[in-house]
Amino acid sequence: MFQLINVAYKNIIQVDDLEIKQGEITCIVGESGSGKTTLLKLLNHLVDYKQGEIFYRGKELKGLDAVMHRRQVVLLPQTPVVFPGNIRDNLLVGLIYSDKEIVEGRILLDALKDVGLEKKLEEDADKLSGGEKQRLALARVLLMEPEVLLLDEPTSALDEDTETVITEYICSYLEKGNKTIIMVTHSRALAKKLGKMIVTVNNGKIISIEEGPANGWNN
Amino acid sequence: MDGIIEIGPLRLLFAYGFLLLVLFFTRKQGIGKEKEIIISTIRMTLQLIIMGYILVYIFDQSNVLVTILIFVVMVTFAIRNIFSRVKTFMNKRLRRVVVISMLTGTVVTTFYFLLLVINLDPWYEPRYFIPIAGMVIGNSMTGIALGTERLLGEMKSRKQLVEGALMLGATPRDATMGITRDVFTSAIMPTINSMVGMGIIFLPGMMTGQILAGISPLVAIEYQIAIMLGILGAVSITLFMLTRLGYQTFFNKWSQLEDMEE
Repeated sequence: MFQLINVAYKNIIQVDDLEIKQGEITCIVGESGSGKTTLLKLLNHLVDYKQGEIFYRGKELKGLDAVMHRRQVVLLPQTPVVFPGNIRDNLLVGLIYSDKEIVEGRILLDALKDVGLEKKLEEDADKLSGGEKQRLALARVLLMEPEVLLLDEPTSALDEDTETVITEYICSYLEKGNKTIIMVTHSRALAKKLGKMIVTVNNGKIISIEEGPANGWNN
Repeated sequence: MDGIIEIGPLRLLFAYGFLLLVLFFTRKQGIGKEKEIIISTIRMTLQLIIMGYILVYIFDQSNVLVTILIFVVMVTFAIRNIFSRVKTFMNKRLRRVVVISMLTGTVVTTFYFLLLVINLDPWYEPRYFIPIAGMVIGNSMTGIALGTERLLGEMKSRKQLVEGALMLGATPRDATMGITRDVFTSAIMPTINSMVGMGIIFLPGMMTGQILAGISPLVAIEYQIAIMLGILGAVSITLFMLTRLGYQTFFNKWSQLEDMEE
């Protein structure tokens, strides 16, 4: 699905060769500041790499419409972005931006429930706690049903119990068929539990690519 | 009483009594700005005397090329003034947008005003062309300087929101919609506010000048209403262009945010 060849972005990350497969969970692990987030931004084509090539479904990213690409390969940042307005506005904004059909309130409430949020749609989104904002942002991207989910530490603001529930729910996204998840995490244990492939990044370089012992969520 | 009372050089000197008064107060208060006040007064006096003679010469000539040249000089100075007023770093593309916006707003409004509202013949008659162009250019300059500063500030402070929208597949236009709306509103408000106070809180300069020159207040208000609408039009065209084209200068061809630092 993704292939990176000799890609370099500033002095932050250098990827000589990396292939990410469709329909799997790929976990990217490493210390903070190692370049994991930048790698996700490169896959989202949010930043301009001056060197190397990134192929998505066999086509070089620079030859694709970047906006259309981001509608299929959606990035959820570690610090959740909350747009002005209420919870409903924040859930719908992804669908509006990506020109997708607007869904009704019942589906929005279900999406909230799925990420463990029991809130009214009219509540001010800015008043939510850090963990709640993170789950709201997650519900927003899941509603968009993109082909690829790029998740940057999606459970970093959650307690351990909620983290397990939410992580399992995220992984069930693969069951929607042909979906791909690329998740950055600082937790090697989590990566080993979920990842079909585990990419370890250190000081801006990939130091190992291994198959997860759990052999992926589906198994 | 008919006509205008000429002040004349001798009585004009009495006006400088106000300067003495200011100097007295600043010295008494220990503000220490006497030198600046004297230099500013001398500059103002000399600039206006020179401008007076230039205008007399231009009005006598009534030459199309001279009128166009003056218009170009005024717009050029206004654009230079905008660049020096905006303290935040502007990239080349945004500078170009400022120039295009200023030219479009001022040229369209000035010619629309002179040809349709005043029905000026010949269209380059400097007695009308220059003061009206001056008001249009001056107000557009203030509006676009405010707008550009605000656009730069908002793009910086709301970068995370813009980037967050891009990650979800928003076009640069959608991602910056809130910002461009705020820029337009905040930069046009001073013009709208000045319209609200007009005639009650103050009499505008052009109208006062015409009344002092012996023109009927009813004719003067016609001009004032028309020029205020012209100014509103010029500022809104300039800001529309700035916001419509300006946001694009923050993105590259892959709809990625460009580095905003120098």
